[in-house]
Amino acid sequence: MGAGHGHVLYRESDSPVHRLPPEVKIAAMVVFTIAVVATPREAFWAFGAYALLVAVVAALARVGPRWLLSRALIEVPFVVFAVALPFLGSGDRVEVLGLSLSVDGLHGAWNILAKGTLGVLVSLLLAGTTTTRDLIVGLDRLHCPQVLTQIATFMLRYLDVLVGEARRMRVARISRGDDPRFLWQLRGFAAGIGALFLRAFERGERVYLAMLSRGYTGRMPAVWQGEGAASVGQWLVAATVPVLAASIAATAVVLS
Amino acid sequence: METLAMHISNGIIDGPVAAVFAALALAALTVCVLRGRRDLDDRLAPMAGLVAAFIFAVQMLNFPIFTAGVSGHLLGGALAAMLVGPWVGALCVAVVLVVQALIFGDGGVAMLGLNITNMALLGTAVAYVLIAVLLRVLPRTRAGLAVTAFVAAMISVVVASQGFVLEYWLGGTTDLGNNLGGLAGTMAGVHLLIGIGEGLITATTVLTVAKVRPDLVYALRSLPTPVAPAVPVAGGAR
Repeated sequence: MGAGHGHVLYRESDSPVHRLPPEVKIAAMVVFTIAVVATPREAFWAFGAYALLVAVVAALARVGPRWLLSRALIEVPFVVFAVALPFLGSGDRVEVLGLSLSVDGLHGAWNILAKGTLGVLVSLLLAGTTTTRDLIVGLDRLHCPQVLTQIATFMLRYLDVLVGEARRMRVARISRGDDPRFLWQLRGFAAGIGALFLRAFERGERVYLAMLSRGYTGRMPAVWQGEGAASVGQWLVAATVPVLAASIAATAVVLS
Repeated sequence: METLAMHISNGIIDGPVAAVFAALALAALTVCVLRGRRDLDDRLAPMAGLVAAFIFAVQMLNFPIFTAGVSGHLLGGALAAMLVGPWVGALCVAVVLVVQALIFGDGGVAMLGLNITNMALLGTAVAYVLIAVLLRVLPRTRAGLAVTAFVAAMISVVVASQGFVLEYWLGGTTDLGNNLGGLAGTMAGVHLLIGIGEGLITATTVLTVAKVRPDLVYALRSLPTPVAPAVPVAGGAR
């Protein structure tokens, strides 16, 4: 854990995608993902078209391919699962380079690879163009129950508290002569977790009470003030991507 | 340090099964929202946020399962059930999963229903049932509380991992044939190991909180006698 996770993925910029209200982007991203998942896996051309759409949005958002691809590595564990499928799958088998592979398994591997990668790329696009604070405002405007947005607000807020406390405790331990090598650290680590939790809670409780005394009622001011909520025009602009994706998916279903 | 975490990603389970589990998760979460709203007072609100943040951080610790290529990680359902109760606890884990899916690409958005069912609902529910039973059966000592937290965390992790196997059996996009049993065995075995780690972390955390602020442990509220005498929070330099 280096810096706070809250801002790790956001890329400061003023692109058209950055300026779109968060609720619009969340809705577009969810619809796009569902369209991708609903596409039959044999329709290879459709996945090419989706990739093209993602590339266009990335270019509009001024997010470079290197940034996107290096962060897409998060899906590596499931890629390994995909690679194992052709060997584990049952049914018809084909010979490829002397290896007996399951046809169904090969299709399955492609399915996971294509759909998983597209899913990761669109969420990275959302994360790169939306701050976490805006994300919660967006969820609230999409009528997500207030209990959930409240927990999410505190979660993102307290992540930094937690990381900060962990860093202070580590410095305190090292400055008292603890040797921060892995095996030696284990006991201190175990004992430290409970203490970390309590310290973070007490700090977090003060943050919460400070917010209450400044008029916090469970929603962020940006929501009930209604500033920057999406206009009809913005909904229409953002709808182009999911509508295109849905028509690709529909075509692929009809053709298959 | 590059940290990886991964839940079920898009394309692993087919669409109809994912949709059924999404509906199931939505219905169960609605119940949790209705019940949780009653629980969420001024003391529980910051606690719920911190529990969610803690789980978020802890889920970044990831153990790759190389034999099957699936990775496992700590879940935090037992910790949440212990500290904020089953309803708010399930909501905390669900919030973690939603945020991870939306902005970290961790777990496909279309697979959210499956991930929430396994980790937020199944994990927390199993943990809370175990906690409720064990706290009444075991002696009300620190050791009893530690064993409760450890066992609840360990078993809930293994059960949640079998949730994935069930979903894969219902709607896995590739038919593994007889290898499904192998997947179940691998998942159970690895998650037993993870469960031990999760149990240790949960037990340590819960014990510390119960010692200093027993009023913060939801699972102890309903019991007539506190496990440990209330010690006022030491002020001092923090």
